[in-house]
Amino acid sequence: MTFEEIQQRLAAKFGERIGALAPANKDPFLVVPAADVVEICRFAKEDEALAFDCLMNLSSVDWPKKNQIEVVYHLWSYRRRHSFVLKVQLDRAKPEVPSVESIWKSADWLEREQYDLMGVTFTGHPDLRRIMMPDDWVGNPLRKDYAEQPQWHNITTTRDNSLEGYVRLDELTKKAAEAAAAAKKELPQ
Amino acid sequence: MSKPLEVPTMDMENKEVLRRIEIGGDMLLNMGPQHPSTHGVINFLVQTDGEVMKRAIPEVGYLHRSIEKIGERCTYNGFMPYTDRVDYIAAMFANQGWAMAVERLLGLQVPRRAEFCRVIACELNRISSHLISVGTMAMDIGAVTPFPYALREREFINDLLEELCGARLTYNYLRIGGVAFDLPSGYEDKVSTFLDHFEKILDEFNRLITYNEIFIKRLAHLAPIPAQMAIDYCLVGPNLRASGMSFDVRKALPYSVYPDFEFDVPVGKGEVGTPGDAWDRFWCRVEEMRQSCRILRQALAQLPKDTAIMGKVPRKIKIPEGTEAYSRIESARGDMQYYVVAGPGENAHRVKIRTGSFTAMGIIDALSRGLMIADLVALIASLDVVAPEIDR
Repeated sequence: MTFEEIQQRLAAKFGERIGALAPANKDPFLVVPAADVVEICRFAKEDEALAFDCLMNLSSVDWPKKNQIEVVYHLWSYRRRHSFVLKVQLDRAKPEVPSVESIWKSADWLEREQYDLMGVTFTGHPDLRRIMMPDDWVGNPLRKDYAEQPQWHNITTTRDNSLEGYVRLDELTKKAAEAAAAAKKELPQ
Repeated sequence: MSKPLEVPTMDMENKEVLRRIEIGGDMLLNMGPQHPSTHGVINFLVQTDGEVMKRAIPEVGYLHRSIEKIGERCTYNGFMPYTDRVDYIAAMFANQGWAMAVERLLGLQVPRRAEFCRVIACELNRISSHLISVGTMAMDIGAVTPFPYALREREFINDLLEELCGARLTYNYLRIGGVAFDLPSGYEDKVSTFLDHFEKILDEFNRLITYNEIFIKRLAHLAPIPAQMAIDYCLVGPNLRASGMSFDVRKALPYSVYPDFEFDVPVGKGEVGTPGDAWDRFWCRVEEMRQSCRILRQALAQLPKDTAIMGKVPRKIKIPEGTEAYSRIESARGDMQYYVVAGPGENAHRVKIRTGSFTAMGIIDALSRGLMIADLVALIASLDVVAPEIDR
């Protein structure tokens, strides 16, 4: 099925709640309300014609200008060999979306990664904790306004400039040439 | 001068993961992070009361280098060497995924000869990556001999790739719109000489280890993954195909010049045990090397004579903000996917790399329940996870 056909099938089931396909800049996508994402995903998986049996990617994009965080679901159907992209737009201050872990098991780790790096809370996730960073890390590194803390448990996150105190080689030769020229000048004619 | 470091302290009592598991009277073992058989820096928290595990919880992140964040700061071209570090055992594929994603953003056409160069480089890299995988897997379960055999063959490929691009591990060979260098003169002959030699070695390798009775007894029926479970956990590549699911991105969603070549997709059938067991995953990789040889021979025979290796790439790559592209390629570790959103300037707004190892690690907790500790090592090896690819 093409993207349009999939969108029509979803629209036939959910009506008003499903918008139109976004302007097709390369890959089209469909924006759905955050509250309905579990219902829509469950339908997408269980419907015979759609049969999206695999969540192949879950990512999120930070848009400080729009004050939004987008969570992006890339669905794939091994049975029907077609794909689809769902997006959920969340408030940047409090990004919360229901977890789809109960539908696809692969969402477990993928959601944990976005929780860790982007700070999106997936409600209903059975084991939502940081995955890449330590438990007590401050901040979410993939946010656009992220500032790294200077140290973590006495381990510094910055490094001294090892080149400090050293002089560039060409500056040394320049200085030597200048000294030689000055010495030459001082010599009696 | 820097101050002497104080000894770092970590609040072990309050670790999130420990609050979430009931230990009771069981023993909690840290397997890793520095452990020779975990294939990189990964920690497994093994809950056990003897030889049989209750569960093993993977703790990843030790190799997290924020490559996705680096991708937001580099220019599109400048990010290419970093993609090598996503998966340094099969760096060519990470290159290709990134190149294809940006080419899709730009709507670029890659010259046909460049596509052939890419296929040749990638298939050579696939063989070398699978050699590491099968060699270390045999070694992890106690058969040391096949490992140097596999590494010896990998050296030939390293030499070939070094001749192609100057590097033996992190190649940085692909460019957006083409490849960095054309094939050196006489390269076709060298590759086909290697293939003549290597195809015989594959048979020898099969005699040595794949159909070895002890090896089969060790791995057959071990941690079988049913196809439905593999799809649910989003396993990809040889791990998925070993479970009986015939899916290869090169066949199902053809890219580059792969439609021109004839090759089979090896699928696990449970020849010596249950379909989807550890031996099937091993066998799938061995067979894939044979298929890669077939592809290489065809690519060498059909190599176009024209000399263009770079497409028409603008000097400054600028893409309208918010444009997004998705690329999928068949890496040595399966379906590798790049999701790229273009930023306002010359760099991306968001890069997301979905790798095979990451999702493969997610299944270990579920599979490990009731497994022996020694079998956990075989399970990790059979999934062919590479630590940098998990953490990125």
